[in-house]
Amino acid sequence: MSEAREFKYIGQNTIRPDGFDKVTGRANYGADMSLPGMVWGKILRSPHAHAIIKSLDISKAEAHPGVLAIATHADFPSVTDEAIESGEGSSTLLDLARNVLAKDKVLYHGHAIVAIAAKTAAIAEQALALVDIDYEVLKPVLDVRTAMAADAPLLHADMFTQGLEEAPTRASNIAVRHEMKLGDIDAGFAEADVIVEREFYTPTAHQGYIEPHACTVRYDKDGQSMVWCSTQGHFDVRSSTAKLLGMKLGQLKVIASEIGGGFGGKTTVYLEPVALILSRKSGRPVKMVMNRDEVLKATGPGSASRSKIKLGAKKDGTITAMKGWLAYEAGAFKGSPVMLGCMTAFTPYAVANMYIEGFDVVVNKAKVAAYRAPGAPQAEFAVEMLVNELAVELGRDPIDLRLQNAAKEGTQTIYGPKFKRVGLVECLEAARDSAHYKQALQANQGRGIAAGFWFNVGGQSSVVINMNPDGTGTIVEGSPDIGGSRASMQMMAAEAMGIAPGLLKPIIADTENVAFSQGTGGSRTTFATGMAVIEAAEDVVNQVKQRAASVWNVTAEQVDWADGVATNMAGEERLTLAEVCAGAERTGGQISGRANINARGAGPSFAVHLCDVQVDKETGKVDVVRYTAVQDAGKAIHPQYVEGQYQGGAAQGIGWALNEEYVFSADGLMENAGFLDYRIPVASDLPMIDTIIVEVPNAFHPYGVRGVGESGIIPPLGAVGYAVESAIGAKVTDLPLSPPRVLALIQGNT
Amino acid sequence: MMAKLHITTSINGDATEFLCEPHDTLLDVLRNDLQMTGTKEGCGSGDCGACSVTVDGRLVCACLVLGVEAEGREIGTIEGVGDNDKLNVIQEKFLEHAALQCGICTPGLVVSTQALLTLNPDPTEAEARYFLAGNLCRCTGYDKIIRAVLDAAATMKGAA
Repeated sequence: MSEAREFKYIGQNTIRPDGFDKVTGRANYGADMSLPGMVWGKILRSPHAHAIIKSLDISKAEAHPGVLAIATHADFPSVTDEAIESGEGSSTLLDLARNVLAKDKVLYHGHAIVAIAAKTAAIAEQALALVDIDYEVLKPVLDVRTAMAADAPLLHADMFTQGLEEAPTRASNIAVRHEMKLGDIDAGFAEADVIVEREFYTPTAHQGYIEPHACTVRYDKDGQSMVWCSTQGHFDVRSSTAKLLGMKLGQLKVIASEIGGGFGGKTTVYLEPVALILSRKSGRPVKMVMNRDEVLKATGPGSASRSKIKLGAKKDGTITAMKGWLAYEAGAFKGSPVMLGCMTAFTPYAVANMYIEGFDVVVNKAKVAAYRAPGAPQAEFAVEMLVNELAVELGRDPIDLRLQNAAKEGTQTIYGPKFKRVGLVECLEAARDSAHYKQALQANQGRGIAAGFWFNVGGQSSVVINMNPDGTGTIVEGSPDIGGSRASMQMMAAEAMGIAPGLLKPIIADTENVAFSQGTGGSRTTFATGMAVIEAAEDVVNQVKQRAASVWNVTAEQVDWADGVATNMAGEERLTLAEVCAGAERTGGQISGRANINARGAGPSFAVHLCDVQVDKETGKVDVVRYTAVQDAGKAIHPQYVEGQYQGGAAQGIGWALNEEYVFSADGLMENAGFLDYRIPVASDLPMIDTIIVEVPNAFHPYGVRGVGESGIIPPLGAVGYAVESAIGAKVTDLPLSPPRVLALIQGNT
Repeated sequence: MMAKLHITTSINGDATEFLCEPHDTLLDVLRNDLQMTGTKEGCGSGDCGACSVTVDGRLVCACLVLGVEAEGREIGTIEGVGDNDKLNVIQEKFLEHAALQCGICTPGLVVSTQALLTLNPDPTEAEARYFLAGNLCRCTGYDKIIRAVLDAAATMKGAA
């Protein structure tokens, strides 16, 4: 595409088409659906972090008045160990079944064991207390270091490490070892004049969406079963649920409700298959809604990590070697995003010699789910901290040093491809030239800078645009709208058709009313589903030109199209889109455009953040006093919602860096499963978050779009971390930088 | 089992009666018995503000109020904000500033902002941030919410 392209609608800040319903409370989220005859399902969860279920007796619960059905793992038909597609996470059907309802063993505090459906939620809860379980409590494993030790208690006696050169003979908590390399790492360090290295820790952190998981389902024997739920990908809910229950895809309709936040955490299933079992057994529609305690104990979170990073550079600033070791907690079942950590850690840099190994380690915590740029914040935090240290060692400005070593078009990545055109240099220059970077710091303040890289993905999207006889139309798509993407779809279709955005209504169709579409994850929706929207809109335009041509008795090539109007180049006649739609009855029936694509060419989005903190040296409290998020959007379709992604990512990353962490007792029980104690940033914790949208177009998208949803959560950990380090003059290794930890650093008690 | 209690109250100016168990929260009653699902549940412990409503004009979390406590009171919910198909200034400013992404916290924030601007028609940024600190939003980082709130205040002041 041409960089100088003029747009009519793209780049405007329109009012989102779903806005009225959202500000009036009319929008229906996961917990807002009720059906006639509906009953309530509740889940009994493990009080232990690691235990064998010696016996399970549901007879008293079954006899409780008002109880209609009980589900346990035994209700799953035999499932196989096949891999399942669930957005950005990775899992197998066997593990998913055992996570949804435990089999033989509980592996974390809050692990689901039994589900009960009853006439009311209160009766279901009473009945849960009547379930009799005899446990043999085992020692929990709560950290990768203990989990990786040779004498560690094992979560899974049948798990053998994959990715080792020699096949292991003993079971292990290490599920997989990954290794990636580029160049000659030893030669790279031999060339270096300066070497920095450090070990880091990042805690378990939750996505923290405000809407708990919820679903309402109805099982029907005749293949009309349906699930209404809050999800980032209803087609993934359909495939996971159908496979777990031995159903065909065509027997299950999944309707995506409005979604109250996900950040990756709503790319898998927890309640849906269980509710469907309860509905099958009770013959009634079943509603299940998690409470916050359940959300924090048993869904998400993002991986805690330990890392060791070593960097080498020449005196002239050339980074010659980057070496890393990463160990990520997978939670109770394998599948942490450590491979993505290996792929992203060093990728903002064009360095000849790189080596990294990563370990996927199971521990007695909830199985991790994707969390916004899964795996990248942990790894890039560690690297960015050290790049800042390297700048100090070399006596260089940290942005200048990054510019010298920045990845750009043609840079070889550690994971395979060479970069096409990317915008890291432009982001660094924008940060360097910002008013923020020029502002002087005051006493007890520090400044941090960090870069972030995320791939972004494309994938399958299906779109139909159904035109109406009055010239309005419906954009039927299948990617749940988690942050305003319907506004972008509307604008892209309007741009391609040359008509006002308000004439087109975007909707998220259920799994039966649009063809398979991947979920909203990987920053793919505005890019990939947007491409399908543009293609479907162009299909409408082509059909409209053909219809106009048939009216004028000319060929479609003789029809010009501009601003929603067809013109006969061989004559004077004109027909608007609305006129062609109105006359469609006489030219071959109504008009629908469609596109079913597998989008390639997602453009990486680089981000660069600047953070100023003020540290209270008596209490250790850190306040973010100024923050700027710079990121490459390729082309910002709806600039306000692009800014919103940058700001939201920054806020989540600031929370991760300063406050958020799971706290466990020595027995592995989660001690802060509520929003009071698992404290996400509130309005009074943050300053305004300034944004700079850099636009280096992605040549593979018709309008230049790069996904923007994820990169923004990567730099805050390093930007905040280094700002604190420079404010207090002590090396930061562990997050979060909560007051006790910062105070200990200040006092030298670490 | 104890009989349900009969409660007479007013919701958004409408005389309303309902039956509830003594342990039912006002949030349960609104959402499950009265089908007023605009008020959201994010935590059930008064920590997130998604269920913000007013009782006799005072801002509260509906999950911390019992249904029986509505007896004889005036309850205000998101369904009572604005006038049928016309948005009020706060709602308009939230849309204009793109102060929502997923939107689950929005009804609570609109109700809380209305309470703020009733008490303090001309808040500073810091006052707005502290007043709304009980309304969690995970999507926006609050920047655009605070801008919408301050713009709503300025607009309402100009119109007064």
